[in-house]
Amino acid sequence: MSEPVVWLTIFVLSVFVGIEVISKVSSTLHTPLMSGANAIHGVILLGAVIVTGFTDSTVALVVGLVAIVLATVNMVGGFVVTDRMLQMFTGRRRPGPPR
Amino acid sequence: MTPTWAQVAYLAAAVCFIVALKGLSSPRTARNGNLIGAVGAVLACGTVFFAEHLRHVGPILVAIAVGAVLGVIGARRVQMTQMPQLVALFNGVGGAAAALVALLELRSVVSASGAADVPAFDLVATAFTIVVGSVSFSGSLVTFAKLQELMTTRPVIFTGLPVAFGASLIGAVTVSGLLVAQPMLWFGSMLGLLGLALGVLLVLPVGGADVPIVISLLNAFTGLSVAASGYVLGNTVLLVAGTLVGASGTLLTKLMAAAMGRSLLNTLFGALKGGSTLGAGEVSDRPVRSAGPADVAILLEYAQRVIIVPGYGLAVAQAQHTLRELVDVLTSRGIAVDYAIHPVAGRMPGHMNVLLAEAQVPYEQLKEMDEINAEFKQTDVVLVVGANDVVNPAARTSPGAPIYGMPILNADEGRQIVFMKRSMRPGFAGIENELLFDPKTTLLFGDAKDTMSKLLAAVKSA
Repeated sequence: MSEPVVWLTIFVLSVFVGIEVISKVSSTLHTPLMSGANAIHGVILLGAVIVTGFTDSTVALVVGLVAIVLATVNMVGGFVVTDRMLQMFTGRRRPGPPR
Repeated sequence: MTPTWAQVAYLAAAVCFIVALKGLSSPRTARNGNLIGAVGAVLACGTVFFAEHLRHVGPILVAIAVGAVLGVIGARRVQMTQMPQLVALFNGVGGAAAALVALLELRSVVSASGAADVPAFDLVATAFTIVVGSVSFSGSLVTFAKLQELMTTRPVIFTGLPVAFGASLIGAVTVSGLLVAQPMLWFGSMLGLLGLALGVLLVLPVGGADVPIVISLLNAFTGLSVAASGYVLGNTVLLVAGTLVGASGTLLTKLMAAAMGRSLLNTLFGALKGGSTLGAGEVSDRPVRSAGPADVAILLEYAQRVIIVPGYGLAVAQAQHTLRELVDVLTSRGIAVDYAIHPVAGRMPGHMNVLLAEAQVPYEQLKEMDEINAEFKQTDVVLVVGANDVVNPAARTSPGAPIYGMPILNADEGRQIVFMKRSMRPGFAGIENELLFDPKTTLLFGDAKDTMSKLLAAVKSA
């Protein structure tokens, strides 16, 4: 197989996996699911690190570092806020200490 | 060339993301799912430092540390009521990062190869990432402004908006073609600007109540732009993660739109067809019946069946804890009380469930719309706390209304309806609610928390 076809294969299979894994989600979980998926695309951090790490111009370095900060905010913030939301869902089976 | 062990590590990270999404779609496994996703992200990012011979490692690590601190502060500090804005903001900065990555990659291939032998499809993917990442960024900022009420929540339409949108779209396609024919950084920057304009023009005409659907759509957009940048950089984990988010985000957008009885096209472009100015956000001066907490307490005392319809106003006033106390008192007196949860109560699907779970309301008392809608007819008192659009009968009766067709809670079928409201101001959708003027309706004005405390005291002493 030529290389673009390999990539196309990965892409198409991922589309089906992406649709399949969330097809049975209840509306209660729509918000955390969106937030969790949002955190996952924060892996663009990887791309930002790669392009920044191979650059030789100062301007590009600065732009790259900005991209890294933004991508990290997306990824780290996304996972933390999703966990905060889900903590409340699991918390209700064991009621917390009375206030 | 990426070493084989690193490719395997990337594959493992991709599997983590799949397991994470699967976990997130079921209540019992959701939290673990999210953690597995985070593990995958850490694995992928750790791998890149060992697999590639990177320069500038020091500044890169500092930038990551800065981003991590900002992200954690944002995520920890935010009130649960403001969470939708935060998700929009996180999504927007992710889109911006993807667009910047594509621009930098374009710059490096242009300066390295003299632009002659760059494969055309790489350039298509680069153009796609720049445009879609920028759309996601500027669009998310507009949704943020709408949700934070920095700007009007009503659809913003001006003459020439469809023309401007069409022109930007054609412009983006044309410049993409030019970029493929003649790779130049200048074309890339222009694509970025066109993308920013498209994002703003896309979101401006969307009404406040539909904003959650748009956040989900922009989330899917960012996913797809990440996938395209994965192709350009030859990185499998970016391709797989981005595609997963793009595909599941698109489906989630459709599911959300269905839960609100809207089609996606109608959400995005419905306002452009006009006719959504019903009520025009004006405060009408028609007579209403208002009462004090003591009167409502008596009404509740004589009820056998009560349904609470909580809305965003409840959460903003932080009255959910007091509300739970009130419900506890009523239940202890043998009154049957349930909460009717509209799928989009709050600002996002499932938002109200999160907010009430925070106040430790028992899960069994939360009834979904389909489950409870038939019961309103046998209900003595419907207590609407800080909700408005989700009980607005205009969704059934006024074809011109922006919320027409949205499934609503049939609060108007209750024997008595009590609205706890701050003012006569219309709801998030910006339209007047006929139910407020219904003879069966009583209004209890005031801040939800304050009024709720007074009501609780009145019920206790009754």
